[in-house]
Amino acid sequence: MSENATLRIWRGLDVNDGRWETYEVPFEAGQSVLDGLRWIRANRDPTLAIRFSCINANACKECMVELDGETVYACTARLQARKMTLAPLSNKKLLRDLVTEIAPPTERFRNS
Amino acid sequence: MTQEPMSAETDVLVIGSGAAGMYAAIEAARSGCQVLLADRSLIGRGGATVMAQMTVAVALGSETPDHWRYHYADTLTAGRGLCNEPLAQLLCEEGPDCIRAMDGWGVGWARKDGRITQAMAPGHDRPRCVYVDFLNTGPAVSKTLRTFVNKSSGIRKAGDLCVVDLLRNKGDVVGAAALHLGSGAPVILSAKATILATGGLTRLYRRNSASANMGGDGYALALRAGGSLVDMEFVQFFPIGHLAPRLIGMDPIMWDPFRYKLGGRLLNNRMEEFTQHYGVAEDGKYVITRDVGSYAILKEVEAGRGSPHGGVYLSFQHCPERALRESFGPVIDRLAANGIDLTRVPIEVAPIAHYHMGGIVADAKMQTGLPGLFAAGEAVGGANGANRLSGNAITEALVFGRRAGRSAADSVKRLRASPDHADDAQKAIALIAAEAPTRNFNTAEMQQTLQKTMQDNVGALRDEAKIVAAIDTISLLADELGDTPPGDGNRFDMRRIDWFDLRNMLLVSRVVAEAALARTETRGAHQREDYPRLSPDWALNQTVGLQDARIELSAGPRDIAEARS
Ligand SMILES: Cc1cc2nc3c(=O)[nH]c(=O)nc-3n(C[C@H](O)[C@H](O)[C@H](O)COP(=O)(O)OP(=O)(O)OC[C@H]3O[C@@H](n4cnc5c(N)ncnc54)[C@H](O)[C@@H]3O)c2cc1C
Ligand code: FES
Repeated sequence: MSENATLRIWRGLDVNDGRWETYEVPFEAGQSVLDGLRWIRANRDPTLAIRFSCINANACKECMVELDGETVYACTARLQARKMTLAPLSNKKLLRDLVTEIAPPTERFRNS
Repeated sequence: MTQEPMSAETDVLVIGSGAAGMYAAIEAARSGCQVLLADRSLIGRGGATVMAQMTVAVALGSETPDHWRYHYADTLTAGRGLCNEPLAQLLCEEGPDCIRAMDGWGVGWARKDGRITQAMAPGHDRPRCVYVDFLNTGPAVSKTLRTFVNKSSGIRKAGDLCVVDLLRNKGDVVGAAALHLGSGAPVILSAKATILATGGLTRLYRRNSASANMGGDGYALALRAGGSLVDMEFVQFFPIGHLAPRLIGMDPIMWDPFRYKLGGRLLNNRMEEFTQHYGVAEDGKYVITRDVGSYAILKEVEAGRGSPHGGVYLSFQHCPERALRESFGPVIDRLAANGIDLTRVPIEVAPIAHYHMGGIVADAKMQTGLPGLFAAGEAVGGANGANRLSGNAITEALVFGRRAGRSAADSVKRLRASPDHADDAQKAIALIAAEAPTRNFNTAEMQQTLQKTMQDNVGALRDEAKIVAAIDTISLLADELGDTPPGDGNRFDMRRIDWFDLRNMLLVSRVVAEAALARTETRGAHQREDYPRLSPDWALNQTVGLQDARIELSAGPRDIAEARS
């Protein structure tokens, strides 16, 4: 049996100049929000920027986003048959869409 | 919009920050070199190392007497006659030293009465596998090395730096060109020595245990720079990857430690054990090796005796709740949060791509055939031959990483005053910062198509027709990809990142497929249904190089790595 989740996602390169886009995502019970985001990229819009490495293991800790205003790991938050609002972390520098600068300063590349 | 190029200079450039890359960086810095440790993800978080949950094989003899020669003998047996012996020996001989060093750095190997515990694992002749409870081996290894990297002086770290090509001066490797994800800018990294520690390729498959960064970048980088690969047809499938119900926050490989500790029963859809029909009666113990396990499961599915999602059942229903809790404590609660109660229902499992035996040709000093280029970890081919023993991969990453760091440092001291100028830097910059083609194509969808093709046609069970069809699909995808990356070229441009990934994934997939097509026999992880037997004529390693963008295969003597260096 398939149901839909409605994902309302913040998009943009500039915190002050973004837009909201809404996607209907079919899913099976038990799937993660990250599963939904990856579905959107493969089936609707490959330009959607998200950041993740490990997908299942919850080991890389890269996939943090704000879900309905709360910080979650996209790979462990469950997709639900309702409207879910996703935004980039508000306390980190925005890179694009749901991706923020999360590396500690000593682990960033510096031009030399 | 395209960005101004950036640059950096170093003695040793380490590409990839898994166990191999971090150990290499530590060793090179210890020898007094300036090191740049680059990763396309966060440092120490992007690859297989941080995800590993199980065990590390090493002849410590802490509980049962052991010697590296016994470990070596088991490794060669598992490798079905194809191991590169000097590499396998290095792995087994220096393993104990690296494991003790990690112990000294506080990794926290599980202990009983003060002795490091060693578990039994399939293919090993005695208990040999150390681990960190509970299912915490990889995170602990990664964290320990990260902490040590942070304490070492002389190591600069740079995450979000996706290396897209090696740079050369005539034949020598003199650094690399990268796409800086955080800005979209091209970056030229100049180095006196470069170490590829980019891990494996299992992301090429639909069912995998891979992270997003395991599309085989290092193999493609080495090939395009003129290097050789070996044993590329040998992709290891892990037979009991988690399939259903959907389980989040846990790696799909997690059932292995359950089987180590508790046995468990593999059942078909008639709820009957079946492995005895494939030559291995388990009797509730975990004895089946990975190649036989994958074969047995896929054959049951093919015969219509599979589980609803296309695998088989793994049951722990006979295990008392107490035994489950004692062995796995908090993991049982995580399973409960996913609605899984092992005392009541079996879960579904199926073979998933897990590790790559093949890789870059390197000698026991981790030197590749290209001056200035070293390799380490899963990126290196040969140590495990046609099939890897469980637990050997982390040992390999640590030992080869340490060796590569030392060798690179030695070469830096011997060779150049400053890094040579790259001949091909402008070309790389132009590609990374290219104006996008107007054509529209869905890069994420193309990746899924490739993964499905590789899974179905060049997966655990292969035959000529399937492989040929896969090569056709790969060619079509390569045509669709074209020569220029799409996107706006600004920061975190997913289509551009996907494009560079596909460029590598398609090349490496083609290499795997062509090597698999050529090997007309069944051996270890390479199982040809049209050639179901091992052939003595194929006691050879195939090496692969690129000749004017054409893939050239050659089957050579087994110690080819030594012969080349
Ligand atoms: C889920 C899982 C469980 C496992 N469990 C075990 C186990 O219990 N025991 C065992 O022995 N083995 C296990 N293995 C295998 C083992 O973990 C790996 O073989 C080993 O960790 C590889 O280490 P590495 O340093 O070579 O590569 P990795 O740890 O994979 O690191 C490679 C790094 O390179 C980076 N990289 C890749 N491409 C680029 C690029 N183009 N530019 C910049 N950076 C790049 C990646 O982001 C990554 O950080 C497991 C593997 C997986 C996937
Ligand atoms: S994707 Fe790795 S923690 Fe979420």
